[in-house]
Amino acid sequence: MGTSSPMALPASGQPRNRLSRLVANVLYRHGTLYLLLLLTPPLLWFGVVYLGSLLSLLVQSFYTFDDFTMGVTPDFTWANYAALLDAANHDIVLRTLGMAGAVTVASALLGFPVAYYMARYATGWRKGFFYIAVMLPMWASYIVKAYSWTVLLSKGGIVYWLVERVYLMPALEWVLSLPGVGGSSLSTSNLGRFLVFTYVWLPFMILPIQAAIERVPGNLLQAAADLGARPAQSFRTVLLPLAFPGVVAGSIFTFSLTLGDYIIPQLVGPPGLFIGNMVYTMQGSIGNMPMAASFTVVPIVIVGLYLTVARRLGAFDAL
Amino acid sequence: MSSTAVELRNVSRYYGGVRAVDGVSLSIQDGEFFSMLGPSGSGKTTCLRLIAGFEQPTAGSILLHGQEAAGLPPYERDVNTVFQDYALFPHMSVLDNVAYGRMVKGVAKAARHREAEEALELVALGGFGARRPGQLSGGQRQRVALARALINKPRVLLLDEPLGALDLKLREQMQAELKSLQRRLGITFVYVTHDQGEALSMSDRVAVFNLGRIEQVETPRNLYARPRTVFVAGFVGTANVVKGDLARRLTGSEQPFSVRPEHVRFAQGAEGNRVSVEGRLVEVQYHGATSRYEVQVEGHHVLTLSLLNGEADEAALPRRGDTVRVAWAREAMVRLEPEGG
Amino acid sequence: MRSEARRDDGPRAPVWLRVLAYGGLLFLHFPILMVGLYAFNTEESAFSFPLKGLTLRWFRAAAEREDVLAAIALSLRVALASTAVALVLGTLLAGALYRRRFFGKEAINLMVILPIALPGIITGIALLSAFRLADVSPSFWTIAVGHATFCVVMVYNNVVARLRRMPHSLLEASADLGADGFQTFRHVALPQMATALLAGGILAFALSFDELIVTTFTAGQEKTLPIWLLDQLGRPRDVPVTNVVALWVMLITAVPILVAWRLTRGTEDVAGSSK
Repeated sequence: MGTSSPMALPASGQPRNRLSRLVANVLYRHGTLYLLLLLTPPLLWFGVVYLGSLLSLLVQSFYTFDDFTMGVTPDFTWANYAALLDAANHDIVLRTLGMAGAVTVASALLGFPVAYYMARYATGWRKGFFYIAVMLPMWASYIVKAYSWTVLLSKGGIVYWLVERVYLMPALEWVLSLPGVGGSSLSTSNLGRFLVFTYVWLPFMILPIQAAIERVPGNLLQAAADLGARPAQSFRTVLLPLAFPGVVAGSIFTFSLTLGDYIIPQLVGPPGLFIGNMVYTMQGSIGNMPMAASFTVVPIVIVGLYLTVARRLGAFDAL
Repeated sequence: MSSTAVELRNVSRYYGGVRAVDGVSLSIQDGEFFSMLGPSGSGKTTCLRLIAGFEQPTAGSILLHGQEAAGLPPYERDVNTVFQDYALFPHMSVLDNVAYGRMVKGVAKAARHREAEEALELVALGGFGARRPGQLSGGQRQRVALARALINKPRVLLLDEPLGALDLKLREQMQAELKSLQRRLGITFVYVTHDQGEALSMSDRVAVFNLGRIEQVETPRNLYARPRTVFVAGFVGTANVVKGDLARRLTGSEQPFSVRPEHVRFAQGAEGNRVSVEGRLVEVQYHGATSRYEVQVEGHHVLTLSLLNGEADEAALPRRGDTVRVAWAREAMVRLEPEGG
Repeated sequence: MRSEARRDDGPRAPVWLRVLAYGGLLFLHFPILMVGLYAFNTEESAFSFPLKGLTLRWFRAAAEREDVLAAIALSLRVALASTAVALVLGTLLAGALYRRRFFGKEAINLMVILPIALPGIITGIALLSAFRLADVSPSFWTIAVGHATFCVVMVYNNVVARLRRMPHSLLEASADLGADGFQTFRHVALPQMATALLAGGILAFALSFDELIVTTFTAGQEKTLPIWLLDQLGRPRDVPVTNVVALWVMLITAVPILVAWRLTRGTEDVAGSSK
């Protein structure tokens, strides 16, 4: 005993790089230092780039914009927030909210059967097929997806051709004549805009619902059936409550993405700004960054409220 | 002749307010097969992890071959571990798994593969090197884990319920192999298990853990024959633990005592040098070589007898519901420390 | 009995449900397929249906366009740079957060998700306002910095899910056998994370390659591929080339998404479930 330290490396092994072992030992003994080293680069990045940007946006929302010189001065003012209360801006907010709500409801209605089929009935290759078939459009280029609808909806395009073929032109014309929905043509109507939005965000609704239904154990439904529930009953009383967090999780995407969009409203639909267009125009062509900054507070507050409610409804576990 | 391989001096490990290990002291001799036995949550696994270095003690000191190890990372300790889930690296071949300990020490590929091949031979898995861990059976994985832990020639091998995932037959076979391997290599085994039969059959000494503390450290024979506490008497083998009023009636003192079922017999009447008590036979269980009889005494206490089948006259044995008298020799009684002491 | 049978030979959906499910898929794919079809259209400046004829000549025309190639090159460079940053930052975050509990952990989690949870216009204008305040003029780097910020979450999600599934005993076994932290990372943790890193990297790449909204704020005069496409929509005379490039973009993103799906298949972390 005592001839050699038990910690000494066996003779056959060469001692490895002493410096790296030294550093490893220091990091082992000081767990907090190790954690700090891991966290410093990402925290710096997010702190400086992201939070710093959000902060600078907040600061600039209190700057003063001079209508005559079109210049911005760093003088504190509440004027930009007061301007949010203008009636014209109300319209913009309500228009955007209305569209976001409609798109969310439509996505949930269209997405639920797809998600339900994927989770409960698709097996084997069909499961993979459905999954890919939803994921590919989700990841496909946003601008190409939006563009594809300008192609479909254009006069003389395929949608008009199809409607004509099934002799539904009068019906389409009647729908387009409805106030709030219609317009002079499909591509300049709210209906068209609504279709594009629903199309673009639908996959974001399907996958969370599918994941939520997948997590409902099949034997739970069997138990409901054993207890005498008819299929419709067990769907309503067992599956729907358990799948609901998935719907809420999906709605976070459809709602928030519609709320902040400013490209689709430019491409399809009637004139009339969305929140996103307002922000974009304010900072872009007008150069009123303070007003644009204060306007971004609107979607931030709305999304914040939405996320708070969603959290209550258990949507975060379904993400 | 023998020196101390592992020594724990008043070691504690707290997690917040939970005392997983609470003031444990023990010393394990070089070359000993030492078991740490206890129910889950008793602190035995935490103790093993403290020795391995995966946890650091909140208080106390850990000595490995006389040198303070508290604070040392696992990779600087001359001990190796066989994990309960084997923890084989799924992305490496069996040979690379076994050679891992040599690779990180900088041993060249050819040399370490030769050593790994030898280690595999040692556990009767020669020629399995090219496979992936996923292609092996549970028992084979267990052997690979063993070979991998032995390749650095540790002087202390820590085994954390290594046979827990195996079925009964394989477990018994591996118990024998582990024991003979330990004897051949002559290194210290520290063996964690919740299976008292396993601990008794393999170990030189057993430490019984309960609630983060050690109840008793003894050789298996003494542990069984001379349990010191109510917990040990009940956990190691089966025992009739008598306390309270019945203890006072039978011995004149409220101090609890235990008597093993195989030392209790049916008796005709009071006998001079034996302790006896009357009760009602409530249950008879046939166990092949033996039968167990449960006798209810004074409402609450149930005393158990174990009789070898064929030894007694079958016809003379009492039946369920009979009033019987049971008796045992005074020497068969083991006084236990009062509880909560 | 009834439910037993349904479990064994695969349940059969009611007809109405199958119609709705496959109808939903048709809805998702029809517009994309149509764009693909129009890339072969002979007509130059309209979208009339049925098509007048099919041709391949626009593919050649698009391949010869300098602006198209420049936009593709810029998008690829931006995606590569932001993916590289996202891989490093996402892995560091995953390593720090996957097992430990500490004060502020939830806040960090939220901060990583926020850039994709908040509408892109907020991230975009915030970055723009900060760049202006710091007097940084828009360039390749401002685009890449913005993209990296919302790409981190892709890598982080994939790696953290993989690390949480990996038995911790693997790392302990490595340390037990004499490997220090660096060796354990190189020989055990990294190989275990490899496919998750690849999948996360691919998704980050695809996300960056397609991003439009944030980019419109950070790009200045630079034209990434999506911005080029957006500009094209105001140029009806150039429709055939637009159609071809649109088809290319779809194909370029489909391949990595399929690869990422293969890599994470059989695991519960759904690739891109939170794009």
